[in-house]
Amino acid sequence: MFNQNDITQPGKPGTLPKAPTGIAGLDEITGGGLPKGRPTLICGEAGSGKTLFSIEFIVRGATEFNEPGVFIAFEEKAEELAMNVTSLGFDLEQLQAQKMLKVDYIHIDRSEIEETGEYDLDGLFIRLGYAIDSIGAKRVVLDTIENLFSGLSNQSILRAELRRLFHWLKEKGVTTIITGEKGDGYLTRQGLEEYVSDCVILLDHRVENQISTRRLRIIKYRGSLHGTNEYPFLIDEEGISVLPVTSLKLHNKVSTERISSGINQLDDMMSGKGFFRGSSILVSGTAGTGKTSIAASFANETCNRGEKCIYFAFEESPSQIVRNMYSIGMDLQKHIDNGLLFFHASRPTLNGLEMHLVAIHKQIKKVKPKVVVLDPITNLITVGSVSEVKSMLIRLIDFLQEEQITVMFTALTLNNIVNEQTDEGVSSLVDAWLLVRDIEFNGERNRGLYMMKSRGMKHSNQVREFVITNNGLNLIDVYLGPDGVLTGSAREAQQMSEETSKVIYNHGLTRKDREIIRKRKVLEAKIATLQSEFESIEEELNKGYVEEELVKEVAGQTRDKMTKLRGGNNTEFTS
Amino acid sequence: MSTWDEYAESGRQPGNVINTIYKLRLFVTGASPNSLRAITNIKVFCENNLKGKYELEIIDIYQQPLIAQKEQIVALPMLLKKFPLPERKLIGDMSDTEKVFRGLGLENAG
Repeated sequence: MFNQNDITQPGKPGTLPKAPTGIAGLDEITGGGLPKGRPTLICGEAGSGKTLFSIEFIVRGATEFNEPGVFIAFEEKAEELAMNVTSLGFDLEQLQAQKMLKVDYIHIDRSEIEETGEYDLDGLFIRLGYAIDSIGAKRVVLDTIENLFSGLSNQSILRAELRRLFHWLKEKGVTTIITGEKGDGYLTRQGLEEYVSDCVILLDHRVENQISTRRLRIIKYRGSLHGTNEYPFLIDEEGISVLPVTSLKLHNKVSTERISSGINQLDDMMSGKGFFRGSSILVSGTAGTGKTSIAASFANETCNRGEKCIYFAFEESPSQIVRNMYSIGMDLQKHIDNGLLFFHASRPTLNGLEMHLVAIHKQIKKVKPKVVVLDPITNLITVGSVSEVKSMLIRLIDFLQEEQITVMFTALTLNNIVNEQTDEGVSSLVDAWLLVRDIEFNGERNRGLYMMKSRGMKHSNQVREFVITNNGLNLIDVYLGPDGVLTGSAREAQQMSEETSKVIYNHGLTRKDREIIRKRKVLEAKIATLQSEFESIEEELNKGYVEEELVKEVAGQTRDKMTKLRGGNNTEFTS
Repeated sequence: MSTWDEYAESGRQPGNVINTIYKLRLFVTGASPNSLRAITNIKVFCENNLKGKYELEIIDIYQQPLIAQKEQIVALPMLLKKFPLPERKLIGDMSDTEKVFRGLGLENAG
């Protein structure tokens, strides 16, 4: 496999000089464009887009790379050609007036011509040479030179002249595209590929299951690395866009930045920060589990941060989604008006898978969003097999990671049993997988959400109840009651009964408190009684003691008086 | 050539018209071998079969490249019969006299 880094840097010394085509995507797979100054063969069946391809090469050369071009038309007249490409916004008349383009219609009618011997195609050379010189052309298209073979019968002369023509064009140094109709078993009917040895591109238009896909393949590109796969391409109102599909390397840079999912509780489940930027997230679940709401909420949050988001809707129309999300409190219309949110709604059956991929690519390249939502990828299965869808999604995820764009897919699971391998087989590819499932219990249906995986971060292993309210989405911790996990009204009932017992419990607490206070009061009263009893006993005891003192004192005084009264023996008495 | 063309031509151009002047233009590219051969061959042819009844103009496309576009010239040398109508284009070095007769709408006398 080629390394894309090598081929996206044209003009390195020693490499083949290339002429950029300006066709979106083609320059990437050819590593810069077609070989400069050499012829390139574009072959394919009728209606595969050869003429358009070549005219876009000329017009883009004139308008974007300032390289005038000559278009030699063998099939359509100049006016017809101009009219055919007006719808693509190519104004051939104006380019001709600006001397950036010259269209020459070459018509050969066999019935008017008699071949009378040896001849050559000098007339073509002179016309071509004159056209190139008159505007200084750098690019030439010969569409379809094989018509010469129907106009002229001498094959050996024609082949010799063609070889001379291509040699001459190389000498002139003009980058040439030759278109050729696909032949039986050969790339072209007249074996033009043998003259053009530098670059051959095959265009293909296939219809499978009534859905058409255009594909392009570089059969050879001498002297240059190139992508070898079949690349789907799209023709729309802006011309051709080619999708360089697989780069099989796994060198994507990663970010450690985290972005919110728009649901706080969901962020909490991922250590409180949300998804990694540039990661891929799968939301799967059965019908009506709110996958779209999760996706829309993610988109809404992205826009709230002021970042751009593209919402690819494969099931509902944009206005339907806007209306539905308004009912749960999300105003997406506001973001659409502010140019932050882009809706791209299409039925999956509109075109093939590859075409969807190209269309998605184109939108992303144009809008340059930070977040992309695909809702739902399950519907793509209607236009391709599981393996095709998977390979498409791998390429899409690859591309988005390269661009550091976060992507959220939603997927419908048809049964209620969680399959380990389901969801279009992308579950192994994505970085984070949210599963929303119905929990049927107690005669009602509730939603449970859990993270099946989330690479590179700590994440909750708990089932949360997922509730959609008027104000948005909400996750509630699933109630673990005595009989197991409870959700919905059972949870509410359980919560209520627990609430009640709490009140009762609280009530009980206060009653006990009062009892204590009362007890204390009683105790305190008792203490007061004892205290006063003690005081009265003390007083009683003290009373006897005082009386004794008094008696003693009075007796003393009496004795003194007595002594004074008795006189003479006073001294003896007192000694 | 289809039979219808032959029929149309023979109807418009009976062999007994004698006084028709053939207006012929020979487009060549300089002095390339094919061109020189074509000039010689057509001159001999006209002298032998249309003596006194033709005007031959020899144009070098290298000198006048715009004519190539106008006259839808791809292969050279080319002889253009302007008159009598219908216009016919003969390419090659005119060495195949049989085809020159047919191309000019002449009966092959010899």
